[in-house]
Amino acid sequence: MQTKLTINGKSHNLNADTRTTLLDALRNHLGMTGTKKGCDHGQCGACTVIVNGRRINSCLTLACMHDGNEVTTIEGLGTVDDLSPLQRAFVAHDGFQCGYCTPGQICSATAMLEEIKAGWPSHVSADLNAEIALSDAEIAERMSGNLCRCAAYPNIVEAIRTVAQGGRT
Amino acid sequence: MTAFHKMDEPDHRNRLDAMVQGVLGTGMDRPDGPEKVTGSATYAHDGQVAGMLHGVMVRATIAKGRLEHIDAQAVEALPGVRAVLHGDRFLRNPAQGTANEAPVQGSRDIAYLGQPVALVVADRFEQARHGAQSVTLRYSEESASVAPDAETAEVPDKKQSSAGDLAAAMDRAAFCVDAVYTTPGHNSAAMEPHAAIAAWEGDLLTVRASCQMLKYNVNELADALGVDPEHVRILSPFVGGGFGSKLGISPETVAAALAARALGQPVAVALSRQQVFEATMRRSETRQHIRLAADAEGRLTGIGHEALVSNLEGEDFSEPVTQATPFLYRGENRLIGHRISRVNRTCAGSVRAPGEAVGVTALEIAMDELATAAGIDPVDLRRRNIPERDPGEDRPFSSHMLRAALDDGAAAFGWENRPQGGARQGDWLAGCGMSSASRVNMIGKSSARVTLHPDGTALVETDMTDIGTGTYAILNQIAAEMLGLPPARVKVRLGDSDLPKSAGSGGSWGASSAGSSVFLACERIRQDIAERCGCDEGTLTLKDGMAIADNRARPLAQVLAGAPLQAEGEIDKGKTSEAVRQATFGAFFAEVAVNAVTGETRLRRMHGSFAAGRILNAKTARSQCLGGMTFGIGMALTEELIHDPRDGHIVNHDLAEYHLPVNADVPQLSVNLLEERDPWANPMQAKGIGELGICGAGACIVNAIHDATGIRVRHLPATLDKLLEGLDRLDDLG
Repeated sequence: MQTKLTINGKSHNLNADTRTTLLDALRNHLGMTGTKKGCDHGQCGACTVIVNGRRINSCLTLACMHDGNEVTTIEGLGTVDDLSPLQRAFVAHDGFQCGYCTPGQICSATAMLEEIKAGWPSHVSADLNAEIALSDAEIAERMSGNLCRCAAYPNIVEAIRTVAQGGRT
Repeated sequence: MTAFHKMDEPDHRNRLDAMVQGVLGTGMDRPDGPEKVTGSATYAHDGQVAGMLHGVMVRATIAKGRLEHIDAQAVEALPGVRAVLHGDRFLRNPAQGTANEAPVQGSRDIAYLGQPVALVVADRFEQARHGAQSVTLRYSEESASVAPDAETAEVPDKKQSSAGDLAAAMDRAAFCVDAVYTTPGHNSAAMEPHAAIAAWEGDLLTVRASCQMLKYNVNELADALGVDPEHVRILSPFVGGGFGSKLGISPETVAAALAARALGQPVAVALSRQQVFEATMRRSETRQHIRLAADAEGRLTGIGHEALVSNLEGEDFSEPVTQATPFLYRGENRLIGHRISRVNRTCAGSVRAPGEAVGVTALEIAMDELATAAGIDPVDLRRRNIPERDPGEDRPFSSHMLRAALDDGAAAFGWENRPQGGARQGDWLAGCGMSSASRVNMIGKSSARVTLHPDGTALVETDMTDIGTGTYAILNQIAAEMLGLPPARVKVRLGDSDLPKSAGSGGSWGASSAGSSVFLACERIRQDIAERCGCDEGTLTLKDGMAIADNRARPLAQVLAGAPLQAEGEIDKGKTSEAVRQATFGAFFAEVAVNAVTGETRLRRMHGSFAAGRILNAKTARSQCLGGMTFGIGMALTEELIHDPRDGHIVNHDLAEYHLPVNADVPQLSVNLLEERDPWANPMQAKGIGELGICGAGACIVNAIHDATGIRVRHLPATLDKLLEGLDRLDDLG
């Protein structure tokens, strides 16, 4: 099925089986293997990408459902020579070990910070209407859809907190 | 040039302390970090090649029997499907760590539910998946043993020992503990599912796979395929976590290679998450009978630790539950026992710190029970029982840091001023607990090649892997330190079986083994430079690309005069492995809050103090400890493989039902790394740290739950249901 996707600002015409997930389209059809498959059914977050500004599990959605959508993947956030602030902070704070969940963590964190700016409350927000205070508990809660078996969680929280507070790493 | 060194004698020279580049031991960022955070690091399934086909494995749906028929023809008629493969070369289960040969093979005889029995290959992944789901298997089913059984369990010769008379010691004891503890099965659950992309050129096979130990994996794969190991190359430059599950070659890699050969095209096979649970290694469940006898001052006079574990028929591995018990504490009357029950369940193998992860954890819960019985502070109880010599084998310790870790950890946590156990804040009951950590230390034969180029850069090459442990960082730092180079001028190549053969990643021996081989190669290069400078290697200073001798500094480029210097270093274990007891030690401290209404436990804070010889990179070593401690959190509170009592099937075979700790479960853990040099370990005086953080970690949480509620959980994990009844009783009293 023909699907038009804008990925990291570049237009792609995908012709794939209707059963193809957005994740498999990225990896197997478009050669963008930065997005990882950890469970293939929305339980680990390794495949997180940003679609029209919102973070989603790309394994849980079919590519053909995204005709005309704007997709941002890890490849669109920065490069080895030009890291995004979050990517830089993840390196400085060792916010990963094996690195396999990392693209998903960083895509997730990128969108998550926007959710906080937009005032979206979470399970741990004390006041649903107040401005969100960016506590460690808020970060940890909002990042709990992204599993890390190496368990870099404390370092992931530090990296995100540093960037959110405008700190340089 | 080759430098070979066998660890027959302790190395007290502490050569690395004499180096002046100042990079080793620092918390240098991982050099591979930028690739990992940008998605450009290539894991097994990322190395996609043109014309690649996709394969999906098919699993057995019975626990035991014979596979009589596969309807291959019907499936091969489906759109896009190229072939349905099965047969004698398929692996029943992965090879055990360091097996060096193929495990049990053949898809005809079924030994557990979930055993991979066929591979469906198609042009596209979706077609292969549909094909795999469409396969009909016909069996003749046999009666299976799906639960461990103490009565029929094998009693192996190994892992048994006794000294004195434990029963008499128990009778005479002022205080004693006699209890049974159980731990459930665990899954490594590395984030990257096992995957391989296999391609043949003539009779040469190249496989991109997710492997921890390439030297062994090449031989295992070649043996499985019936080809010459010289014709097999494995590439694993990045491994998305291993934790033991990728020690040996696994079924998808062999199936991919067979399919690629049969079809004459590259084939990629990735296990689904459910297949990772069912068809790679599980940590065996354990039943542990622990007996502790102590005198009136809490000094142990006896320790008994008898374990029952399980595995498939034909597997040598059995979870070495009691590995640390012979040397962790004093006591003249000792009994170690081990039994293996043969079951039709997913293969049992290494999961992070096989043995100590569950064995020290149960022992440390028992020690807490003894502390309570004797009315002795739990930290003090440990201090009183640190042995002078390894009591199991009556030999000295290479270095012993348990007391230092206990003292440091207690101070860092504020143990003396901890909140009163059981203090109630709203619905929450607070409590604190602690436990000791210990893990045996090992080294394995390992080689590396170091090339110092005339432009003042160095290249380190070995088939060693970085499974998240920080190998790229530490090998860089060792070479930079020894050769006096800024780390940016050192490049490390790993994960290619064509490179010099290393010990691989496993058993916490990777850094010691591969690191020592790099050290030796660099030392050899230093000797050559010293000769050219007319000085002894011992008086040569290398810093920032300059060679300094006799108050004269020359750029390395000048010393090398246009030609590179290359050396291969090889370390091997020797007499120091037996002459002394080598181990790492640590101490854990935790504060929990238990909800008096729901029984939910929240970990509020957790601290670990660890000693593992010289720390090679403070940042990556700390991260390894964070990871180990978090495995401990999972073991204490949530992780549990549940087997269907009818057919042994792992019911919770995914990440929604097998509960790994998530970010919100893990507070800002603190870690202290203690100064230590262990001359018996290797020429770097460094020991393994990758597993120490899990060995006993769960116990400090379970002990804190007891402090908070008075409820003693002996059957992990400490889920809500195990606390509710006791909490009701508390309420009745309250």
